[in-house]
Amino acid sequence: MNTEQEQTVETARSPFSEAFEMFRQNHLAVAGLILLVLIILAGLFGPYLYVADPFDMVWAPFSPPGEEGYLLGTDYLGRDLLAMLIHGARVSILIGLSAAFLTVFIGITVGALAGFYRGITEEILMRITEFFQVLPTLLFSMVIVALFGASLPMITLAIGLVSWPSVARITRAEFLRIRELEYVTAARACGVSNAKLIFKVILPNALPPIIVQAALMVGSAILFEAGLSFLGLTDPNVVSWGQIIGSNREYILDASFTVTVPGLAIFITVLAISLVGDGLNDALNPKLRQR
Amino acid sequence: MNYLLPVIQRIFYAVMLLVAVLILNFSMLHLAPGDIADTIAQASGGASPEMMAQIRQDYGLDQPFLVQLGQYIGKVLTFDLGYSFFYNQPVTTLIFEKLPATLLLVITAQLLALLLGVFLGVFSARNPKGIVSYLVTFIALFGYAAPVFWTGILLLIAFSLKIQLFPVAGMIDVTVEGGWFVRALDIARHMVLPVLTLSSIFLALYSRLCRASMMEVLGSDYIRTAKAKGLSERQITYKHALKNSLSPVVTLAGLQFSAVVSGAVLVETVFSWPGLGTLALQSIIARDTPTILGILFFSALVVIVGNLITDLVLRLIDPRVGKSS
Repeated sequence: MNTEQEQTVETARSPFSEAFEMFRQNHLAVAGLILLVLIILAGLFGPYLYVADPFDMVWAPFSPPGEEGYLLGTDYLGRDLLAMLIHGARVSILIGLSAAFLTVFIGITVGALAGFYRGITEEILMRITEFFQVLPTLLFSMVIVALFGASLPMITLAIGLVSWPSVARITRAEFLRIRELEYVTAARACGVSNAKLIFKVILPNALPPIIVQAALMVGSAILFEAGLSFLGLTDPNVVSWGQIIGSNREYILDASFTVTVPGLAIFITVLAISLVGDGLNDALNPKLRQR
Repeated sequence: MNYLLPVIQRIFYAVMLLVAVLILNFSMLHLAPGDIADTIAQASGGASPEMMAQIRQDYGLDQPFLVQLGQYIGKVLTFDLGYSFFYNQPVTTLIFEKLPATLLLVITAQLLALLLGVFLGVFSARNPKGIVSYLVTFIALFGYAAPVFWTGILLLIAFSLKIQLFPVAGMIDVTVEGGWFVRALDIARHMVLPVLTLSSIFLALYSRLCRASMMEVLGSDYIRTAKAKGLSERQITYKHALKNSLSPVVTLAGLQFSAVVSGAVLVETVFSWPGLGTLALQSIIARDTPTILGILFFSALVVIVGNLITDLVLRLIDPRVGKSS
């Protein structure tokens, strides 16, 4: 027992390996990560393993799962639901990742500038942040997509535009805290430039809560895209999970699986992401680590 | 005076936010491809370039951007949000027709989520290892990960189609006759599923936050003092601890107004609830820009007023809020 403890103390040197160790011991988080990897693999390689055109009408509409070799049955137009789900995974993950990236990029830029420079810069930037928080997120992105066209880049932009305020707030709070710490003062006294202070000194130390938020943002973006495409505001040339639900929902009396199954796919994906997010939160939070 | 000044500041600030929303609205209208002249031309089946120019002149579209913006803001101040050529009605009339249904849904769902969330939070904070605590964790995970429209459809399948307990869609059953009480009961029956669906997202947030904040308060010194004084568990929980653990929950609830309005769009669509969300979707499909922007403005108004009320409530329940800022 004693030697084992000594060993962990020996091996756990860098903060990253320590965080990794924390994460690994969190069974739910690991389960979430495995699920997530599986979903991503399905999205990446699924279309090559299960070769089927998701737009092709292959069999009678609403045939239940398993019939005629169609594992998940067919939708209201007689399209193969499994093929649609696999292709939908691509869209969900692509939009989830790119919208989260955009969100984090805008959020970090605004939050870092506000937290670092304080004064009038902070005032203006935080007012803008507040302004974007007042706009009803879904409605605003619906308007953007409706006015400027429903292409995947526009949907990504719309999601990014409405979601960044939370990241900006967290980043600013971290910057406000860290900029007063002694090592930052020391770096400043050494004549380190502002840009270096922001990116090399403060930002790396502000990252843990931002990483957690970014992980959750991927989940929110996927939900967001699902909501938009459920309402029919999506690129008509691609299949997405929300859109399958939206177009089949009038027929739930005939075949409820065409709605429940794609919904389950969204649910499981976002659940996996949030479990990973929780695990990251525990692993990256030094207060919890000391326990 | 000490109480009023920050309140006036908040109200002034809210008005500024509204003006900002108007500017954004107008800029988007300006930037979007196609204008009113195109809409009218399309509706009347084509128009010559001279007629188009005439229409643009009539609607002031040939004026510079800033002049048009000024005119737009001036119009909105007199409650004129433009005219919907799709519905053949002023946008304001359209919105006021649908607003009550959305407010009813949104406010009921928020209140239900708050009350139930606080109740679950307090209960699970007192028994952190109890079954309610696990329920809260489960609700929190489900509420975050389940798309709200899917939750709605699941409830619809379960309680309207399989067990025919509640109506499938709409807000009022036209075949129901009787006094106001019968009709109110009818609306209440229609409300159950949409309200449950909409509150599911927020119930998750509130119950988890309330549990965390309650547990923190229950561990503080003055609670131990209260225990030492010999106060009953019930008195400590509800009179001392609850009061102090509420303010983060109320703060969060205030921040959720924008999300509530967004959620309402999806929930209204699922249940064909005749509110602003349904109207928004219909006008987006019909490319009825004045109506879309009018709804965006009104929803922002609802969020801003909601935030303002939260702020005032917070000042009432937590005296520290007013002083620190």
